[in-house]
Amino acid sequence: MTREELRVTREELRKELTEALAPVLDAEASTWLAGARERVGGDAGAAAVLLPAVGRRCGRGPLPVRGTLRRGRPASWTVDDAARVVLLLELPCTGEALTARLDDLYRHGDAHERRAVLRSLDALGAEVGGAALPLLHDALRTNDTRLVAAAVGPYGAARLPAPAWRQAVLKCVFTGVPLSVVAGLDDRADAELTRMMTDYARERTAAGRDVPADVARFLEVR
Amino acid sequence: MRIFDPHIHMTSRTTDDYERMYQAGVRALVEPAFWLGQPRTSVGSFVDYFDGLVGWEPFRAAQFGIRHHCTMALNPKEANDPRCRPVLDLLPRYLEKDGVVAVGEVGYDSMTPEEDEVFARQLALAAEHDLPVLVHTPHRDKAAGTRRSLDVVRESGLPPERVVIDHLNEVTVGPVADSGCWMGFSIYPDTKMDEDRMVAILREYGTERMLVNSAADWGRSDPLKTRRTGEAMLAAGFTDDDVDQVLWRNPVEFYGQSGRLVLDVPADAGTLFEGNSVLRGTPA
Ligand SMILES: [Zn+2]
Repeated sequence: MTREELRVTREELRKELTEALAPVLDAEASTWLAGARERVGGDAGAAAVLLPAVGRRCGRGPLPVRGTLRRGRPASWTVDDAARVVLLLELPCTGEALTARLDDLYRHGDAHERRAVLRSLDALGAEVGGAALPLLHDALRTNDTRLVAAAVGPYGAARLPAPAWRQAVLKCVFTGVPLSVVAGLDDRADAELTRMMTDYARERTAAGRDVPADVARFLEVR
Repeated sequence: MRIFDPHIHMTSRTTDDYERMYQAGVRALVEPAFWLGQPRTSVGSFVDYFDGLVGWEPFRAAQFGIRHHCTMALNPKEANDPRCRPVLDLLPRYLEKDGVVAVGEVGYDSMTPEEDEVFARQLALAAEHDLPVLVHTPHRDKAAGTRRSLDVVRESGLPPERVVIDHLNEVTVGPVADSGCWMGFSIYPDTKMDEDRMVAILREYGTERMLVNSAADWGRSDPLKTRRTGEAMLAAGFTDDDVDQVLWRNPVEFYGQSGRLVLDVPADAGTLFEGNSVLRGTPA
């Protein structure tokens, strides 16, 4: 999919996630989430207390999703991921105020909250422009695959400068994040990324080690 | 033998330890926030440490099939440094995190007025955030420190069943048993407390409200001391069920009071990028 095709608005993503969550949340969880959405919608500050509670309130199992939510990538949503992102999509601010809020929630968040902030940028990216890029750079400095995978979504595909984006793709290979997770890979891959992958494959072969199937497949079509 | 180590400082251990612990039966643990050997000089050092306890360390543990939780607090040693005191203002936000299952380690190191104040404030935080408490007892002047800790807990109004008093021995276990608080024992490779003495204490005081931990950190310690204690219990005639109570059900019951324990099987390392867990046969 191209970077343009990956684009999704706040309303669209909110609707898709709400529909996916409806059949899996029990009555108590769905009442809690509805209340939490209302609170965040009325007061952005409430997100700081509600976001960390999502896992214990809504559950943490895998979330079955239909075609549109996948956007050409694996169905990698969990219930808590989706519920956190839904809460973030309720934030009653935009532009600089939204950037500052997301920054605060990321900086003070645990790994799950940070992942949700990164994933919310799929939709909120259009409202903050490039201002959330420092969060992606932070995530890509970790070796935590939950964060690395979330950083190579549509926002990263659209906004990361080419050198950082190529390094991010290579980092996926090194940390075991499947390349199918990288949004807009075919659209954005360039000669330099192909060179980096080729060198990597050569290094592996010289060391008598297998070239990961993901890398072999990537090089095959280029 | 399934094992839950209720007190171990994994930040200072290697991945080899995680592998050996998994082989020995460890499937869950709690890492209390404590001192790191080198005194910290700024709040920023604590932020990075706390972030690790709810970020990188649980990720590392999950790669080895172990569920990692933590406790958070300003420890008594560093409570004495005014540069570290603002850590208390950071705690409310961390105490809401999913992986945080208690306030700790709090308590006494040198029994200073600063330690008194920080201890009491953090007991109040535990009440506000509805969390149990892990109390460290001092290495020096332990008996007096334990009695004073029990007094402070009593004055706080916290229910004793939500408090564990840790690092106990033959001399300090009695008053804690009478108080209704949980009793914690750290089993070390040296003489502080060993597995055979632990077995003798279990014979005398029973297996209820008992928590056995390795307290392994950067000092001389052994992350498999929980397993060794289980083996010593069996050799002394305790049943498999007794061992399961002490090494699994007791810590689950104590920390379960937080409502935040996650005891399903972590996702395979290869699928961790998808989020946090793969539930196998357990309801969300
Ligand atoms: Zn400790």
